[in-house]
Amino acid sequence: MRPALSHLLLLGGLGLSAVLQIVSPQLDDYAVNILILAGINIILAVSLNLVNGHTGQFSLGHAGFMAAGAYASSLVTLASGPLASGGDPVVKNAVFLGALLAGGGFAALCGFLVGVPSLRLRGDYLAIVTLGFGEIIRVVLQNTDAVGGARGLEGIPALTNLFWTFGIATVTIYTVACLVNSTYGRGFIAVRDDEIAAEAMGISTTRYKVSAFVVGAFFAGLAGGLFAHYISFIAPETFNFLKSVDVVVMVILGGMGSTPGVVAAAILLTLLNEILRDFEQYRMIVFSLLLIILMIARPQGLLGNFRKKRKGTS
Amino acid sequence: MLEIRDLVVGYGEITALHGISLDIPRGRIVTLIGANGAGKSSTLRAISGLVKARSGSIVFEGENVTRLPAHKIVGRGLAQSPEGRMVFSNLTVLENLRMGAHLRRDKAGISADLDHVFALFPRLKERLQQAAGTLSGGEQQMLAIGRALMSRPKCLLLDEPSLGIAPLLVRSIFDRIVQINQELGLTILLVEQNANLALKISHSGYVLETGRVILEGEAAILRNDPGVRAAYLGEA
Repeated sequence: MRPALSHLLLLGGLGLSAVLQIVSPQLDDYAVNILILAGINIILAVSLNLVNGHTGQFSLGHAGFMAAGAYASSLVTLASGPLASGGDPVVKNAVFLGALLAGGGFAALCGFLVGVPSLRLRGDYLAIVTLGFGEIIRVVLQNTDAVGGARGLEGIPALTNLFWTFGIATVTIYTVACLVNSTYGRGFIAVRDDEIAAEAMGISTTRYKVSAFVVGAFFAGLAGGLFAHYISFIAPETFNFLKSVDVVVMVILGGMGSTPGVVAAAILLTLLNEILRDFEQYRMIVFSLLLIILMIARPQGLLGNFRKKRKGTS
Repeated sequence: MLEIRDLVVGYGEITALHGISLDIPRGRIVTLIGANGAGKSSTLRAISGLVKARSGSIVFEGENVTRLPAHKIVGRGLAQSPEGRMVFSNLTVLENLRMGAHLRRDKAGISADLDHVFALFPRLKERLQQAAGTLSGGEQQMLAIGRALMSRPKCLLLDEPSLGIAPLLVRSIFDRIVQINQELGLTILLVEQNANLALKISHSGYVLETGRVILEGEAAILRNDPGVRAAYLGEA
């Protein structure tokens, strides 16, 4: 993407978020609900796509980073008490922004701590380590009374609105697009295409993988913060393994490494989730069928543009 | 320029190199020949730091690089064009070449080196914006060599440049290798199954068998060695 185009996208997205916010009193609550969940899913999917799609690492721990961000940001707003729930909208939103950034920062720190040792691993091993990390976060939260343990945290001020959700979704898309299309960011794709060749070119593959992981975790943390301040209640169970799988499904469905595809898949799956609400127990069956059909018909995903890696002849 | 002493490399239980020693003098083309599994690629991988040596030393321009990570070794001036033409298939030809100059910050030097690569391989210039995965085998090989040159190395490691390439192109790629050696003054360590062709363009060579050096010497002498002729040059 050319720089001019991506700046336009950034401004357009922020403008659209503001417009959505202004018209939101006219929308019914259910529509707003779906829009916000879709926005949060977009942030999750686009940020995971940087790791799984562009850089070619298979992470299964996105819900863990989301949890880290959700808890950290909620603790900040809960600690700031009346400032966050008081009447002054400027103070309220400033506190919220600070809390979100704290959540994202904490998730990024977790991403760094998990990434440095584990990103030397490849493929299946990395998937297992990240899966383990997600579970550890959940279990730690469950057993920490200071954050409510298994009962969760409640009374989180409801500060998330359409502007914040879509504003941050826009910034996520913008950041990932700029990163991947920069000269530096071509390294992510090089790592994905051929790790050994990348290493032989002087690319520090571990550093690239860790930075993709940290950026991905940061935005997952923001998504967690938005989620917590929308639902007003979070429990460790919210961020279980299935949540990570949901995000992975969005990335695969949309097409690894394709931002428009992943955004479309995030919206599609959010809607599907709502449509299938009446058949809750069959939801996963429909999901699985959808994935199987897609993988047969379009192995590269809805809008995936990556060619399959060519096997070297030897 | 590059001195390897008693290099041992293994993968798990298997030992690929049982302590080999090589000398690659400045400005020379040195070739490693040997059958499949003799340890040729393992040697190059160890020099580039892509696999770690179990023991032994690799000294490049007086500096011990045995324990350096791969990406630092490139910075020292040792670049490899890996086996199987591992180009970044989702990046364009130009992006692949720029990736070779990943560690460099001198814009003028990079664009001058791009011109060098285009002079060597005019075909690449015609394919500049094409995704590397769509190039023919020969073009990918040119790109892999060009990409390695973009780091402005002092020593170039070439792993099987003739592998899976049309015979006509092989000749032309070997001519370019000689040109790189003579015009740019690069030292070249060449690993090749096509022993005949490799020995023709090299100054000296080593014959590897199951992880050991069994023969070494001037290329012309190796070419006339009855054992080499029988085993690698297809003569009874």
